[in-house]
Amino acid sequence: MPNLEHPAYPAADLLHLESLVPCRESQVSMLLSIFGERQQFSFPSIFIYGHTSSGKTYVMQTLLTTLQLPHVFVNCMEYFTSRLLLEEILIQLQSSSDTEQTCAVHCDTLNDFVRLFKQAVASRELQDQTLYIVLDRAEQLREMEANILPAFLRLQELTDRNVTVVLLSEIVWELFRPNVGCFEPFTMYFPDYSIGHLQKILSQNHPPEYSADFYSAYINILLGVFYMVCRDLKELQHLAALNFAKYCEPVVRGEANERDTRKLWKNIEPHLKKAMQTVYLREISSSQWERLQHDGGEPGQLKGLSAHTHVELPYYSKFLLIAAYLASYNPVRTDKRFFLKHHGKIRKTNFMKKHEKTSNHLLGPKPFPLDRLLAILYSIVDNRVAPTANIFSQITSLVTLQLLSMVGQNDQLDGPRYKCTVSLDFIRAIAR
Amino acid sequence: GCFVFKPSTKKRRSSEKTAHDFRSRSDDSEDTELRFVTCQSLWNQIKSETEQIQEDLNKQLLDNLLSFLSRSHSEFQEKTTEWTCRMKFREIPTAALVLGVNVTDHDLTFRGLSDVLQDNITPYIALLEAKDCPGIKNLMQKLMGQLMNCDIDVDSLEDEDCVQVSQNRIRCSMSSLISWYESVTKKTDSETPSKKRNSFSRHWQFPPVVVIFKDMESFTTKVLQDFIVISSQHIHEIPLVLIFGIATSPMIIHRLLPHSVSSLLCIELFQSLSCKEHLSTIIDKLLLTSRFPFKLGEKVLQVLINIFLYHDFSVQNFIKGFQLCIVEHFYSQPLSVLCCQLVDVKKRVYSLSHDQCENIRRLPSFRRYVEKQESGKQIELLTNDSFLKEETEKLLEDLHVYHENYVSILRCLHVFTSSLPKYPLGKQVVELHCACLENRVWETEEYESSLQLARMLNKTDLVTMLQQCVEILMSSSGKEFDKTVEKLKEFLTQFQNLEEASQERDVSVSSQKELQKKTDLYHLQKTLLELKESRRSKKMTKFEMLRFEVVDYIDSLVRKYLVPADDRTLHEIVYFNAAAVLRGHLNAAPRTALHTALNNPHWYLKNQALKCDGGGISNKAPDICIVYKLHLECGRLINLVDWLEAFSTVVMAAEEPNADAASSDQVDDIIHARFIRAVSELELLGFIKPSKQKTDHVARLTWGGC
Repeated sequence: MPNLEHPAYPAADLLHLESLVPCRESQVSMLLSIFGERQQFSFPSIFIYGHTSSGKTYVMQTLLTTLQLPHVFVNCMEYFTSRLLLEEILIQLQSSSDTEQTCAVHCDTLNDFVRLFKQAVASRELQDQTLYIVLDRAEQLREMEANILPAFLRLQELTDRNVTVVLLSEIVWELFRPNVGCFEPFTMYFPDYSIGHLQKILSQNHPPEYSADFYSAYINILLGVFYMVCRDLKELQHLAALNFAKYCEPVVRGEANERDTRKLWKNIEPHLKKAMQTVYLREISSSQWERLQHDGGEPGQLKGLSAHTHVELPYYSKFLLIAAYLASYNPVRTDKRFFLKHHGKIRKTNFMKKHEKTSNHLLGPKPFPLDRLLAILYSIVDNRVAPTANIFSQITSLVTLQLLSMVGQNDQLDGPRYKCTVSLDFIRAIAR
Repeated sequence: GCFVFKPSTKKRRSSEKTAHDFRSRSDDSEDTELRFVTCQSLWNQIKSETEQIQEDLNKQLLDNLLSFLSRSHSEFQEKTTEWTCRMKFREIPTAALVLGVNVTDHDLTFRGLSDVLQDNITPYIALLEAKDCPGIKNLMQKLMGQLMNCDIDVDSLEDEDCVQVSQNRIRCSMSSLISWYESVTKKTDSETPSKKRNSFSRHWQFPPVVVIFKDMESFTTKVLQDFIVISSQHIHEIPLVLIFGIATSPMIIHRLLPHSVSSLLCIELFQSLSCKEHLSTIIDKLLLTSRFPFKLGEKVLQVLINIFLYHDFSVQNFIKGFQLCIVEHFYSQPLSVLCCQLVDVKKRVYSLSHDQCENIRRLPSFRRYVEKQESGKQIELLTNDSFLKEETEKLLEDLHVYHENYVSILRCLHVFTSSLPKYPLGKQVVELHCACLENRVWETEEYESSLQLARMLNKTDLVTMLQQCVEILMSSSGKEFDKTVEKLKEFLTQFQNLEEASQERDVSVSSQKELQKKTDLYHLQKTLLELKESRRSKKMTKFEMLRFEVVDYIDSLVRKYLVPADDRTLHEIVYFNAAAVLRGHLNAAPRTALHTALNNPHWYLKNQALKCDGGGISNKAPDICIVYKLHLECGRLINLVDWLEAFSTVVMAAEEPNADAASSDQVDDIIHARFIRAVSELELLGFIKPSKQKTDHVARLTWGGC
């Protein structure tokens, strides 16, 4: 077992840390060796990436808090502008020094930031320790001003203080690298948890009323069902908690004891499969699922979100949508044949060009001008339709309902073009 | 901008002004003041009535939502430390509110919702619209602005705290929102014993913060995703509840949000009443009642219903249209002064002026009435004002009684027709109402076929229908129905007797059946054939006779009471029938209007000189009309030089027939300038645009030239 060892930190802390971060020992020991001792300068910037819920955020957070290293933890998603981000870092710096006094900070540019940062570090007397700034969801940095990312990468150099910036992201560094030369961070990969890892981690938090073995058997069944579709640790934990009550049911009723795995499996397996089709896809909410379990009802009673596909539309809106669909998926040349009463005969042989043999549905909707839509509308509606303002406003409202979409939103006068965004099934349902 | 909301043309801004407007048009300034007042009071009555109806209709939905909201954050209140709660991922409780495509009506629902929430659950509500939130930054700004403002509203008495919140310098981040929430809840917590308690006692200590997305479809994916991800990280600190207003179907959630984001939500679905049911309730309560003196004619009602069904599904627009009808009726019909409650009729009739009496005499329905009277009475009616007034009062009372009876009998008939297969007279009472208003319903084929179908109803259905009819007639305000009710009850007892009789007979039949059981298949067939034979030849049973009688009786009721309103004397006073006017107001046709204006300027300008014959182009027309007419003759691309040539020819044609040849090939500067101006006007109107395909050409934007 690769025990964490580092001369700078007490062994008890390290042991505690190890128990908190199962299956991530090698990464943690790697990080520890990069960090070095408290007063030592570390690598200026570290880039950690890995798939969703591979423990990046969790490991960083537990590492920094258990070893009590000075740090600032910021989620870039939450602080969506550079100003908010910089100010948040400064606020966290200040507030951790003295909790009461949180005066408003104004920091618009990086220049200000560097100045204020130096002040803050000085006021907290952190000169002899490495300060860690962790930027979670760092991919958001790319959307801020161009200078933010390079500056964070070499913050140590800019501020001339003992600081290390850790970037956490789900995407690889190659997608970050600005085209102007910048400081290359130390990159580190967190691999996905394997099924064994998941089993180990999930089993760790067993409910106090039941034994660890019992819970671990349950996790085994759960993973057997869900591992194929979901490897997200958070989601699995959530599902485990949701369905555990059902698993315990035979035991509570006294029909089976905790070792009767076969009986328990028979009880839970169909239930979990149902959960995979409903709760996991968020067709019905977890609270509804729990209530169902509690009442012992069938999940069939509750219709999921996708069951309600029918949309009631006004008469002309229906025809407009159908006309739009026809205009989107039929080539212009066929209009004359389809919508004119006395069309000429068309020779079948060279009618279809070769590339049109592929189904138009595979190619997706094509844009069409407003006039074509109206022309088709007039030909498919039986009685005369006056081009009233109501018809035109219906087109606009179909656009706001996202059933049509406007293509190339330039000038309104410039002959607007639309696309139909609904599927054939939807049109079929309407046309009935 | 969904389903364009058109305010009715004559909305009253200030009462004096409009009263003045009322007067200004009608030449006889008779009773305008009174008419205006009547109109307003009537509308106010109707308005409060509709509001009441809508409140009742939305009650179910709002109650469901309330219970959802109150249980959504129960964990937050209790701070449980149970194992399952610890392990479970905390999702954001979300209500998906499916409201239907009538976006114009949503505002009202949301307003009602936020009022109810404010009263029962939480003072912290933010209503977000997609057009205000193009980015996450704007969304946060809007959200915090609304939340913190509502806080200021609540404790506006305390001055010191409000000053801190200056709008522009708020840090729009979740953390400041959380600190605000903490401070707010702490404050109320510490102040509970004080007098402020009563304002908050309805809410819990930690009221949820409700964020309503009014039009889910229009939000961009990114904004929604970002917001959900951010707020899910803080769900432990601030009890947030989201409400998505959805116009189409809940599938849109899955389309807008990827699984990683939608897994952060705990979505429950709520569906509002369908707008068609909504409308039929409104019509039922507003039109099919004798409470309001004002009535809609068949054509007008059809126009309003068609706009609803064909175009927008918007109940609000329907009510607006109804309002327009009221205003238009009282504005254009001088005799509408008599369109009031029955109590006031007498007084108003006797205060009518001579001119108004003449107006009455001019009414077509009154003329028809006069013609039917004997000659002595005719003269009296046409010359003696006071006699006319007496007669008018009597006729108006008749009309009122007619309405009362009409509604009850209509409902009875609807009980019958609504259960027939294929609904020959329509499924809803509105359709039946329209059919009855249109012409004599008993002369229509549909009525005939429905009677035939009614003659084939089985007994249990018939009995329940008769019972329903009895109930309707008993509850109606009409006085004439005592006899009818008696008659119907008699039918019912007859059915009862029939049942008893048949039970007796059943005994004998059953003995026969026992015999049949023992026979083989061949014999069974034979006996069945015989039975059939006998049934065909047999006279009608007692039940069938009775059934015929019932149907005939209903038929007689229909013939007596469901006379179309057009046949009633003085119907013009209470019925609004100007469907063409209404259509012109509500169903605008901009393209047609524009085309008429440009093609036939006489239509709008009323200038005799402009009256042109056939397809010719008159040179007296405004330049833009000439240019427009010329451009109609061109294809998709128009050559400017040719166009100018044609234009100058038309303009010159009448001015100087014998223009000298020298100047003809060089176009006059003034004409050139006029042409350019007209062309740019056309461009402004959106008929043409400059084209890059060919030099000196413009492209046509309207069809017709292809």
